[in-house]
Amino acid sequence: MVAAPYLWLFVFFAVPFAIVFKISFSYMVTTQPGYAPLFEWIEEAQRLVATFNVANYQVLLQDSLYLSTFLYSLKVAAISTVLCLLLGYPMAYAIARSAPTTRNLFLMLIILPFWTSFLLRVYAWIGLLKTNGVINNALLALGVIDQPLVLLYTDFAVYVGIVYSYLPFMILPLYSNLEKHDLTLLEAASDLGARPVKAFFKITLPLSMPGIVAGCLLVFIPAVGEFVIPSLLGRTDQLMIGTVLSAQFFGARNWPVASAVAIALLLLLLLPILLFQRYQQRELEASRR
Amino acid sequence: MAERVVDRQNQYLRIEGVTKRFGDFVAVDNVSLGIFKGEIFCLLGGSGCGKTTLLRMLAGFESPTAGRILIDGQDMAGIPPYERPVNMMFQSYALFPHMTVAANVAFGLEQERIARPEIDRRVGEMLDIVKLGEFAKRKPHQLSGGQRQRVALARALVKKPKLLLLDEPLGALDKKLREHTQFELINLQEQLGVTFVVVTHDQEEAMTLASRIGVMNKGQIVQVGTPTEIYEFPNSRFVADFIGSVNMFEGRLIEDEPGHVRIRCEELDTTVFVSHGISAAPDARVFVAIRPEKIEMTRGQSADGENCVGGVVREIAYMGDLSVYLVRLDGGRMVRVTIPNIERHDERIVWDERVVLRWQPSSPVVLTQ
Repeated sequence: MVAAPYLWLFVFFAVPFAIVFKISFSYMVTTQPGYAPLFEWIEEAQRLVATFNVANYQVLLQDSLYLSTFLYSLKVAAISTVLCLLLGYPMAYAIARSAPTTRNLFLMLIILPFWTSFLLRVYAWIGLLKTNGVINNALLALGVIDQPLVLLYTDFAVYVGIVYSYLPFMILPLYSNLEKHDLTLLEAASDLGARPVKAFFKITLPLSMPGIVAGCLLVFIPAVGEFVIPSLLGRTDQLMIGTVLSAQFFGARNWPVASAVAIALLLLLLLPILLFQRYQQRELEASRR
Repeated sequence: MAERVVDRQNQYLRIEGVTKRFGDFVAVDNVSLGIFKGEIFCLLGGSGCGKTTLLRMLAGFESPTAGRILIDGQDMAGIPPYERPVNMMFQSYALFPHMTVAANVAFGLEQERIARPEIDRRVGEMLDIVKLGEFAKRKPHQLSGGQRQRVALARALVKKPKLLLLDEPLGALDKKLREHTQFELINLQEQLGVTFVVVTHDQEEAMTLASRIGVMNKGQIVQVGTPTEIYEFPNSRFVADFIGSVNMFEGRLIEDEPGHVRIRCEELDTTVFVSHGISAAPDARVFVAIRPEKIEMTRGQSADGENCVGGVVREIAYMGDLSVYLVRLDGGRMVRVTIPNIERHDERIVWDERVVLRWQPSSPVVLTQ
């Protein structure tokens, strides 16, 4: 039974990763399965020939398209994460401090959107943001603007989509942290002369760091690789890495390059994950009595 | 121990008719108290008696539904905790887990406009007083319970409050440590001249710490007095029963003179002669309370006369320093008697022996409520 999670990880993570890793070093061919084998038995020469193609990775470094999409993806993910934190923290705080009965209602409302398909919810934003969409029509009707705003297919639309979709992933870990806080600590701070705002920054905020870190990673990591939201709502002149990846796989059918992109993306995301692991380890040691 | 300097002229803290309601529940019911500068005042009572609510109102975490709280003559109404000249030591200690011991103690000083070197000096000084100098860089979870208690004390005292509120200060410590800490607390209080208001449910803690005790029951203060007054002259059955153990007998006042009274107790099958007068209506129903250590026990067959009853030993609890006997009177009533174990190989009274119980006419307390 103990081996079950490891078996799961092996079958559904380690093995696919190895396959993708292997493909990333292959040459692209037009015949099925789309890439050349790495190892081939040459009958005439009676020997095994290995063919590694590092050009797939060289492309990533040389073609400025890849670099700019990587950087753009990091920027979008970082800004979205900060926006989620700024929006999510007060919400998580309010929920954690509300009465137990209303607390469950609020949590339900946070989780409720998951009952609708993610794709549908992103599509719905098109209807809201487009030139003769709900938002523009409302603003025109109210006389706030004379001309429709260009909202759709902009960075703004991508941020709206990502923040809207990933906000629950920020709120839930923050809530579960804030809800556990010992409120007598705030009373102690107040007793010692700290005003409520000061007490928040000195006590509540530092103690909620594990929740902040967990929430930020849960938003940042999927946001970097996001391709549905930028494809549907984003700019056409600036792609995100997830969009490029899917275009290479399904459009250009260049599996080797697509695999190289996937491996590079994974390495890029490994850094924050490792940092998080180290942070958690430290927290665990600190809380051990 | 040096005599505590209590300024009986100066009521540093005045509580005037304070009531606190939570919905229909009256947590604190019209409490009035004056607490003198430099004393250790204990609010003693069982759980839910309102003592903690009263303390929280002094700290400013709750506001009274009615009544006033004056500290050094200033009305505290509408003054938030962070502006009150009081500090509190929490029952759970409420140490900041992410800060070192030194940072915890410095926190209060950092809220005032005090220069860093001055803060460091005072924190160091305070940590030396509570003997935690070498633990300054530790985090709270790296300390023992007793050490945490001292950090909490240091953190509350470093701001030099005139009034320190302590919520069950020794509650989380084990017995040996409690006794030790108890005396340390008293020494510290004398050294710094702070007025202490202590909340506790532990009568022993209250007796050893307090210069005066206020016994609380159902939101009301039922008696205020020195530990001796509370123990020797309880004013009600509740107080007599709550503080220490007591044998309580119902009786009828049959003789009421200014210098003495006689009470007929059916349960004892005898008359109790008490060598002081009481104020009660003739023939009134009263209660006679006698502390277990104030009863003499001798071997004997029959008991004649007042303040004297016969019975059989049914239970003995050997406590080391003393033994507790439960004696069944001929009428069926059980009486608790404590006898100090003075000799080591004494022929002590054992189970099922017939005994005679006697007490001095000055020993019983007559209670009318």
